[in-house]
Amino acid sequence: MVRLEKRAAPSRVWAYLTPVVAVLLTMVAGGLMFAALGADPLVSIRTIFWDPLFGEFAFYYRGQLLVKAGPLILIAIGLALGFKAGIWNIGAEGQYIMGAIFGAAVALAFYPLAARWLIFPLMVIAGAFGGFLWAMIPGILRTRFNTNEILVSLLLVYVAEQILAWMALGPLRNPDGAGFPGSRNLRQYESSANSELIAGWGLHWGVVAALIAVIFAYVLLSKHLMGFHIRLTGESPRAARFAGVNPNRLILFCLGMSGALAGLAGLFEVAGPSGQISIDFNVGYGFTAIIVAFLGRLHPIGILLAGLLMALTYIGGEAAQASLGLPAAAIQAFQGMLLFFLLALDVLTNFRLRIGREARV
Amino acid sequence: MTPLFQIEGLTKAYPGVVANDDVSFSIGKGEVHALLGENGAGKSTLVKMIYGLVRPDSGTMRFEDASYTPASPHEARQAGIAMVFQHFSLFDALDVAENVALGMEDPPPKKTLAARIREVSEAYGLPLNPARLVGDLSAGERQRVEIVRCLLQDPKLLIMDEPTSVLTPQEVKILFETLRKLQSEGTSILYISHKLEEIRSLCDHATILRLGKVVGEAKPRDVSARDLAAMMVGAELKVPQAQPHESGAVALALKHLSVASASAFGTPLRDVSLELRKGEVLGIGGVAGNGQDELLAVLSGEQRTTPAAVELDGTPIGALGPVERRAMGLLAAPEERLGHAAAPDMSLYENAALSGWLRKGMVRGKLIDWKKARGFASEIINVFDVRTPGTGTAARALSGGNLQKFVIGREILQDPDVLVVNQPTWGVDAAAASAIRQALLDLTAKGAAVLVISQDLDELMEISTRFAALNEGRLSAPQPTRDLTIEAIGLMMGGAHGMETAHG
Repeated sequence: MVRLEKRAAPSRVWAYLTPVVAVLLTMVAGGLMFAALGADPLVSIRTIFWDPLFGEFAFYYRGQLLVKAGPLILIAIGLALGFKAGIWNIGAEGQYIMGAIFGAAVALAFYPLAARWLIFPLMVIAGAFGGFLWAMIPGILRTRFNTNEILVSLLLVYVAEQILAWMALGPLRNPDGAGFPGSRNLRQYESSANSELIAGWGLHWGVVAALIAVIFAYVLLSKHLMGFHIRLTGESPRAARFAGVNPNRLILFCLGMSGALAGLAGLFEVAGPSGQISIDFNVGYGFTAIIVAFLGRLHPIGILLAGLLMALTYIGGEAAQASLGLPAAAIQAFQGMLLFFLLALDVLTNFRLRIGREARV
Repeated sequence: MTPLFQIEGLTKAYPGVVANDDVSFSIGKGEVHALLGENGAGKSTLVKMIYGLVRPDSGTMRFEDASYTPASPHEARQAGIAMVFQHFSLFDALDVAENVALGMEDPPPKKTLAARIREVSEAYGLPLNPARLVGDLSAGERQRVEIVRCLLQDPKLLIMDEPTSVLTPQEVKILFETLRKLQSEGTSILYISHKLEEIRSLCDHATILRLGKVVGEAKPRDVSARDLAAMMVGAELKVPQAQPHESGAVALALKHLSVASASAFGTPLRDVSLELRKGEVLGIGGVAGNGQDELLAVLSGEQRTTPAAVELDGTPIGALGPVERRAMGLLAAPEERLGHAAAPDMSLYENAALSGWLRKGMVRGKLIDWKKARGFASEIINVFDVRTPGTGTAARALSGGNLQKFVIGREILQDPDVLVVNQPTWGVDAAAASAIRQALLDLTAKGAAVLVISQDLDELMEISTRFAALNEGRLSAPQPTRDLTIEAIGLMMGGAHGMETAHG
């Protein structure tokens, strides 16, 4: 009989090892799934993990890596702050959409004024504010009426998607677009374009913001009193109250911060890689960032690495779709497996496997 | 005459610790036998082996002249051994008869059972109404349910684990009369306790355990409590000494404070008023669950009240949180070590910062200086002799007593003007408990005011200047400790909690 026994102290070795083992197990299980779908498992894994970095078309894919990793890291950093404190914002996707809408609306309000020094910073502020505002809805409902922030934030994603569609078809639609849905292209408007800072690298302002967020979160969690209180609340809410932490303030801070960062990610995306508000603007970064946050052990540096890895599976997955004809759903299942294995293996950090029976205590 | 129950060379080891090492003793028929020892001496492991909950590594037990190797409590009960646990296993939502039936091998129909409960409980001076809900009973009455449940099985040996820890002195008296009656009918009793006076008044024979070994046997009536204590601890105990000094001005005052409890099973505080003076220890006694946690929360700032209900040096602070109160010199240490006073998975230095960052100057411009936190943690570890590999150890890896020394030391070393502690020496060995009490007394000599909430009456008698008791959320008027008799204390604690006795 196999039993789980709680460890006296969580194993540090396992804490660092589980993400690596989870990635390996995902490759094995994913390979089996791809084989069942009729693709060569080894070729599939190579197409996803190796070719985008070192293959024939790597010059194109490498740039895509930062483009995809930027929003994932930015959102995951914010989510991790809340997750550490036991505050579960599942609706980053909605906050991401609202950030994009607010930022784009500012840009379009000034169109065609040429004043990048004013308009771009205003867009950044508006983007963060949009996400913040959307996250405050579950925040205030939780602190005032003790509603469940998981449900409220998740359901607000679908509300945000409806608003997005309405914006793309109505208020923000391009008046010169011959009636097609979607806004003007912000990348082609000099004052709002979030273009590559170094050609071919995929490095835009959103990636810079993500790196700043990593450093900021690192300092916050390891040095700052607020970060200490966040960790304390997650570890032991009652000890946190004894320490003097105001739980409501902490909930609003964590939700507000994750909302603002998700909003920023949305703004940088709409002004850069995506270029316009359209019905299908959001592609699930807000949900994938949840996996990134956990894969990175809720640690800023871990999230940086996990974000890059996850971006790789996105790009490699697209390549696998194109060259091997794998369905998009198979790639999503592949990403989901990663979280599944990670959470399953996490048990080993806190518990020890014992095989055989033990005398009763 | 051969003894009723005999154990020979019983040994049980757990990884890293030998809980019982070659323990032997015997209990005669109709004898009240005391098992005496400090926390961690191995008393619990020993009785668990007798009751079939733990299997010994080696050694033998004989019961009624036959080999006795219980594989489960079920077998122990069938052999005629019953046990009353320190912590009750009763269901609040069921009535007395239903609770009794749940603990029996094959309960009779409810009507017969109720009649039997009445009969047995009255025969032994423990009146119980079988139809009452257990949730409405006091701690003493709940214990009666457990005892009656055991008596219905006609045990030949009754094991009682720290039975008086939840009772008022009056309730203790009733219990002892019951036990003496059982003894006179030939029932043997194994009585586990660390309270010396109780053992001296009740028991015929005592076996003393220290660190898992039998270190002595005695006839408790023939030796002094002091000698018993020395055997139990292994050294002469230093009794905390208070330097004589006068109590000063009022440091902390509660004024007609009424607060609903935050938890569903808590006790609301009802019109509590008190004045705590500089240089005194005010002891607050009472059976657990009579508002102790709520009182601590109100003083630590975890539970806010109207501003004027709590005053520190004449300043209303009822609406202030824990951090503001610490800044003003009011510190607190809650009863629950893991998960309230300390975060289990965080290191000792992080836990040192938990309540100490402000007064120990660890935070500059909102950034924590972890070096200072480590320094403070090692100071606590050194001064209070906390046994731990280092400041980076997680709090939950420490033993209960060591963590208790750490969380109490953390508050004492911050030089409080007013310190509130709940159960300061709970689970701590006698030497360390005495050191903690001495540290509390030393604080008062420096002019600080100390409020000690405790269920250990001996502790409160030893260190408090004045004594008051919490009973169902009400606080009695404080009295100078040296004028108090044990009867008066018992009445302050709620007397027998409305339980009538049938002892003539």
